[in-house]
Amino acid sequence: MRDGSYKVKGVGVSQGIAIGKAFVVRRGPVSIPYYTLWSDEAIEEECRKFEEAVKLVDEDLAGIKKNLRNDLKEYDSLLDAYRLMLRDRIIYDGTLELIREKQLNALWALSLTFEKARKIFDGNENTSIADRVYDIGAVIDRLMRKLSGSQDDIFSPIKERSILVTYDLSPSDAAQLPLEKVMAFVLDIGGKTSHTAIIARSLNIPAVMATGQGSKKIQTGDLLIVDGTSGEVLVNPSEDEIQHYVELQLKLDTYLRDIARKASLPAVTRDGVRVVVEANIELLEEIVAARDNGAEGIGLFRTEFGFMNREEMPTEEELFQEYRQLAELMAPGEVIIRTLDVGSDKLSAWFPHVYEPNPALGLRSIRFCLKYPEIIKTQMRAILRAGAVAKNVRMMFPLVSGVGELRTVKAILREVKDELRRARVQFDDEMPIGIMIEVPSAVAIADLLAKEVDFFSVGTNDLIQYAIAIDRQNEHVAHLFEALHPGILRMLHITVREAHKVGIPVSVCGEMAGEPFYVPVLLGLGFDKLSMNPQSIPRVKNLISRSFKKHCESFVREILRKDTPEDIRHLLMKTIEEQFPEEYHFFHSGFLV
Amino acid sequence: MEDGNNHKVEKEFLVMNKQGIHARVAAQIVDLVRRFNADVWLVKGERRASAKDILDVLTLACGYGSKVLVAAEGPEAQEAVEALGTLFRKRFGEV
Repeated sequence: MRDGSYKVKGVGVSQGIAIGKAFVVRRGPVSIPYYTLWSDEAIEEECRKFEEAVKLVDEDLAGIKKNLRNDLKEYDSLLDAYRLMLRDRIIYDGTLELIREKQLNALWALSLTFEKARKIFDGNENTSIADRVYDIGAVIDRLMRKLSGSQDDIFSPIKERSILVTYDLSPSDAAQLPLEKVMAFVLDIGGKTSHTAIIARSLNIPAVMATGQGSKKIQTGDLLIVDGTSGEVLVNPSEDEIQHYVELQLKLDTYLRDIARKASLPAVTRDGVRVVVEANIELLEEIVAARDNGAEGIGLFRTEFGFMNREEMPTEEELFQEYRQLAELMAPGEVIIRTLDVGSDKLSAWFPHVYEPNPALGLRSIRFCLKYPEIIKTQMRAILRAGAVAKNVRMMFPLVSGVGELRTVKAILREVKDELRRARVQFDDEMPIGIMIEVPSAVAIADLLAKEVDFFSVGTNDLIQYAIAIDRQNEHVAHLFEALHPGILRMLHITVREAHKVGIPVSVCGEMAGEPFYVPVLLGLGFDKLSMNPQSIPRVKNLISRSFKKHCESFVREILRKDTPEDIRHLLMKTIEEQFPEEYHFFHSGFLV
Repeated sequence: MEDGNNHKVEKEFLVMNKQGIHARVAAQIVDLVRRFNADVWLVKGERRASAKDILDVLTLACGYGSKVLVAAEGPEAQEAVEALGTLFRKRFGEV
């Protein structure tokens, strides 16, 4: 490293590498003068000043909204929100009241108003509320800058393409930026879900956030390398480092383009094993993304949405129309429709809510449907009918924990088929049925269950949660949620083995399937299909087509002998590094976090 | 005003978008409700917010899965609740 070269570490929130000059925007807080107004005229003047500032900021926001780039159109309504906040009772009326009644100057009054608004939010235990205070803060900040007469067009000095380094960027700031000149964002605060991260991803600009002190350390004109995957920012790097990253950047672009181009091809391992890659979706519209990314079918269609926020049960006809369209749009690819997977709490409009101390272990999913069989009967009829056209629909039951339960479901299915037959309604009499494997007891009796159905699909999220007894939403134990736990790997192994003994296909439709780094594990375990969110498909397909099934199998034999997740993770990283050096190179830093 | 004109309507909805009622969503709600001749309230648990006031709506802190009671009163109460219901059902246009 040469003199003055150092690293700043943050969180990578938008993939990609940028190399360029820093443009640092330092915006300290507005300094607020404190004084009281001594005459009615002064008070009226101050009120007028405040109203004028509100009007100007409102016009600014309207202007930004009008000139919003097409790819940021979703921020349109956020700008509306900002404009509403400007005239909000608490902010607008509240500030004017303080000026009039307490005779405070406008900036002082406004800062008190903000404190008041913040307190209302702080009283709330919900942590996600921080974002909401943030938006109010962004509006008040604009208003304060307007009132104090400070220059608000801070981005106009950006003359050449640069990397923007600043403390924070509100969406209205971002919308005002000359984005064509921004190569990357480096922000002191924020995270994966903040507005700017979402903007950066939708514009395909690398971004690193939460650097802490980045905007204080980095100077305008410093040469920066921003790695939006690892979250590293190299400041004034050496010639060698620059060379390295220039090549890396080029390679990453080529790599991702290449992968995207090949995504429509089937995934076949180098030793000739075909693995079916499918998409998990829950809305009909998502089928477009699924197909564009190369999904060969829908491995999981979640049906909950069609049942929620309604005044009454959806009719068979409504469900049928939805499922039929889905089947037609995806034909000849298969569509696996999962029956309703919720508890009564989500269907409050037409079911009495039962108090359950532990809903994850309560009356939900297939159990709920068996208590109220009319629901699942309606759904079964709609699914069976949707399969009549292209014979590409399959029916899947969630949360099955035992054979008795499954046989009850199958008896209902037979009943429903008889009714359809008697009514001379067309349906797919041969429709394959399957179950989700997501309850540990189902794994233990996988041999028995396998004789009863045509396919298995493993829901890894719930299986891990139930098997390790971890609530992933609980921050105190979330770190113990571990897909590579030897106990989980053994369960996956048993499930595949028992399915294959009787010759039925088995897939994974949990999040594990959508993480490309797990491909060697899932392939080696012998899964026939992987179903995932559409965006993951190109990278997963790529890794499959570059693998040898045989190598993956011996890899899995090896990890099944290991004692701890750490050992397994270590071996997995090693294998990825050896077999898919680019994949490792570009993405390993993101996998570890 | 005649008695029959001043309706009271209540209906419960679920917040189904992953991010809950954040600023953009709240703006949609306020914008929609202001078009109707009715007082509209959102009630969550013990708390009650005017649906025409964006900060009030935001302070309810409705995350994913929260249950919100919409209570409306006025000549267009029914229409307002129905319109809001559609917005909830469409998940405010989000995932």
